[in-house]
Amino acid sequence: MPAHDVLIIGAGLAGQRAALAAAEAGATVAIMSKVHPVRSHSVAAAGGINAAISLADDWRSHAYDTVKGSDFLGDQDAIEVMCSEAPKEVMHLEHIGVTFHRNESGELDLRAFGGASMKRTAYVADITGQAILHVLYEQLMKHGDKIDRYEEWFTTSLIVEDGACVGVVARDIRTGAMEIFTAKNVILASGGAGQCFKPTTNGLICTGDGIAQAYRAGAPLMDMEMIQYHPTTLVENGFLITEGARGEGAHLLNANGERFMEKYAPNKMELASRDVVSRAEQTEINEGRGVGPGGVGIYLDVTVVPKKRTLEALREIVNIGKDFAGVDITKEPIMIRPGQHYIMGGVKTDVDGRTPLEGLYAAGEVACVSVHGGNRLGANSLLDTLIFGRRAGEHAAARAAGMRMPSVSRAPLNDDAKMIESIIARPKGSGRRVSEIKDELGTTMNRYVAVFRDEQGLQTAHEVVRRLKEEAKTAYIDDRGTVFNQDVLGAIELGYMLDCAEAIVVAAIERKESRGAQFRTDYPERNDDEWLKHIDISRNGDDTPRISYSEVTFTQWQPEERKY
Amino acid sequence: MAEATEFTLRIRRYDPESGEAPYWDEHTIELEPHRSVLEGILQAKARFDGSIGIRCSCKAAICGSCGVRINGQPGLACHTHLDHALRSSRDGVIEVEPMGNMPVIKDLIVDMDAVHWKKIQRVTPWLITDDESMPEREHIVPRESMVDITQSMACIQCGACVSDCLSMEADPLFVGPAASAKAYRFVGDPRDTQQYQRLKDLAEDPHGIYTCTHCFKCIDACPKGVAPMSQIMRLRRRATGDHHIVDRNNGERHEVSFVTLIKDYGLLHEAELLPRSFGGNSWFGKFHPAAGQVLLQSLPVITKAVLRGKVSPKLALLGHKLPSQDLKAVKKIYEKVENRPERLELNLYITGYDEDDEGAATPAVAAAGNGQHGAEPGQPGQSPEGSPTR
Repeated sequence: MPAHDVLIIGAGLAGQRAALAAAEAGATVAIMSKVHPVRSHSVAAAGGINAAISLADDWRSHAYDTVKGSDFLGDQDAIEVMCSEAPKEVMHLEHIGVTFHRNESGELDLRAFGGASMKRTAYVADITGQAILHVLYEQLMKHGDKIDRYEEWFTTSLIVEDGACVGVVARDIRTGAMEIFTAKNVILASGGAGQCFKPTTNGLICTGDGIAQAYRAGAPLMDMEMIQYHPTTLVENGFLITEGARGEGAHLLNANGERFMEKYAPNKMELASRDVVSRAEQTEINEGRGVGPGGVGIYLDVTVVPKKRTLEALREIVNIGKDFAGVDITKEPIMIRPGQHYIMGGVKTDVDGRTPLEGLYAAGEVACVSVHGGNRLGANSLLDTLIFGRRAGEHAAARAAGMRMPSVSRAPLNDDAKMIESIIARPKGSGRRVSEIKDELGTTMNRYVAVFRDEQGLQTAHEVVRRLKEEAKTAYIDDRGTVFNQDVLGAIELGYMLDCAEAIVVAAIERKESRGAQFRTDYPERNDDEWLKHIDISRNGDDTPRISYSEVTFTQWQPEERKY
Repeated sequence: MAEATEFTLRIRRYDPESGEAPYWDEHTIELEPHRSVLEGILQAKARFDGSIGIRCSCKAAICGSCGVRINGQPGLACHTHLDHALRSSRDGVIEVEPMGNMPVIKDLIVDMDAVHWKKIQRVTPWLITDDESMPEREHIVPRESMVDITQSMACIQCGACVSDCLSMEADPLFVGPAASAKAYRFVGDPRDTQQYQRLKDLAEDPHGIYTCTHCFKCIDACPKGVAPMSQIMRLRRRATGDHHIVDRNNGERHEVSFVTLIKDYGLLHEAELLPRSFGGNSWFGKFHPAAGQVLLQSLPVITKAVLRGKVSPKLALLGHKLPSQDLKAVKKIYEKVENRPERLELNLYITGYDEDDEGAATPAVAAAGNGQHGAEPGQPGQSPEGSPTR
């Protein structure tokens, strides 16, 4: 039975950074992921990473922009930690090999990004996430003697004994073998839950596993209602078009050819925060000024960016335009619309990644520190994963040094093995197909829990989610095998998604105001008197979410009206 | 938007638990023609058979999970449109198979650890710098150097190039296209302090950079424009032109002899190639014993080539003759290329689309970080694109 000081679930940026930090601190470390680490969804982060590294910049300015971007729901102590440590982290990345693009003097170049008061986004063309992820994996290979890698292992549950997390049960996807992994500390770094929505920019693997596992193990979730819709996703298929495009100067145009952002954000225009831009686009579309068939899109005009610059700094979206929309973005505008992209909420943690459940940490999109509050700024997510991944790794390693390896019974393994057997044994045709339920969930969430929300729609969504939860209990699959049985994992993931979706909907119903990404047409104003607080969701024994609140932490900045 | 159309997929299935041989499985799906083959497979999985095995996640050609062969061509399933795939099919059915050169685990899932990742490990895939301590600021490096290696950083490790590498098929120990591109990511990175050692290592390895036979398959296969073969050629140019590594595989001298032969004759002179590859341009070198040995070993191949009319013994021995004005034109090209102050390298990140006319008009950029190595004009490997042996 493998036993480690620190066991990390998920091998994207947060997970790999945590593993490297914990190993450097002397802990025995294992990192486990249901996919090969370089397939993790951090790979899709395009635009860059924010850090106040310019001599003209100050981390406080970065922190203020983040606070304002969060619509004052972000916890300012955590934001201060993230922004003040950002420059050092970026230098660390540069030093271990990330190929950040340079300016003419050979220093890190910085590009403009949404909601930022100055250029502070370091980048590698428009493959920043990929570049950092692959470089971290280079480091995992380099330190292969110190970090055990369990690639293509699927975590089925967290093991909690005497009120502390002491390991996980996991299945080797390749062989179907089940195993208990004992750990003094478990760090969840398994990403977001974008697959609850359809379409989404998120990969098929983003099924909220960690959020649901923590929730089931008794850890509370926070800010779950805050779902980011990215302003520029391809109308064709929901693919992400990086905010870097607007950072490099691209315009948004409606059917009349107007740069409509001047109505909504006269100062920052296209580079207002994402919630603001997405709402503006959706308003244009809803009021009949959308472009393309059915008027469901908006034009993103990259032709105003010098071609040479587009080819070296936005090459990925040149390819996406060419390959997936048949558009040469250097010559003509491309049709985009807001699309589900990120969840600000997640497993509630402190600035060291600790959840209220002892021995359990969380970092990255799975977690809610909360540095993003009601709305995340572009290029702050990579930063979030790395800063809090590292801090969680370091803290977990230090905690491990002073404790004994817990002993774990085999009961959880037997439970999970039985659970998997029972899914496989469900007779065909007994209920709905897992894929059908997933489809209905995604469509429902995207219809009712999107840019604009109201009580009625949210209640409808809740009813659907509750029904789907029932239907999922008898949903059947086709694959009866053990080797790479992706079908059975899909059924387990569906359960994770449904838990996440319910928490999202319940929190969105609860917050009766408009703040950040949550815009309630029935409560269109921000209401600081009643709602300047986090909504926490924990699981009651009977599988219904329980709502509580926690305070927002303020340090330097008081709430003010938010204008871009 | 186009209407949904029916497409039939013929998927290669293999169930390792059944004890049965692989077989073909057909499903008809309904999607708009611009949707991807992956979406087709996912629809078949969702509607008809959830047991079809394929790795996938992002659907947007960035995670590198869904490398397969479609109608025999390696690539990403998510990066191939159904209508395109239909056009290249033999019989109106889109054929999807697992990638080659790697063992199949189940259906379309191959064992990348056993081949691909092992080869990546082989090239010491991490940056080596002298200073392991944490610096206050970043390394100062030329702007172009980072744009340049972005081409190899763009590799998503999907394995499509490995799948159809002919040299790897012939020599499974060949380091291969993906790992070579990874190696260039460090060799081209001015921050790395082990460039000479890396090049020496890959040049001296009998399964290293000189094993590539320039078949271009990896360039065709790569969904990200990494052009692995170009990276291999750049490794060679760095090894020969910049670091003058004379390797035991005779790779360097073989390249030099190609370049000088074309310069001297305008066309290849087969009879001279072997002696020069061993003895260089010196007259005595022609009698290098190793040359004789290789000549003996090659006799069956030479005989076959002659019998099939691929080589004319007369021309091979006496050399091809070019009209003098053509030979002059060739020499002019040499002069022009050799007199450039810097070596020029193609890089799509800088030059644009491969098929773009505008881009092609300004085809090349100075090799990044090349200045400090002081590449001398007149050295081999100075041609702007590809190896001289192409």
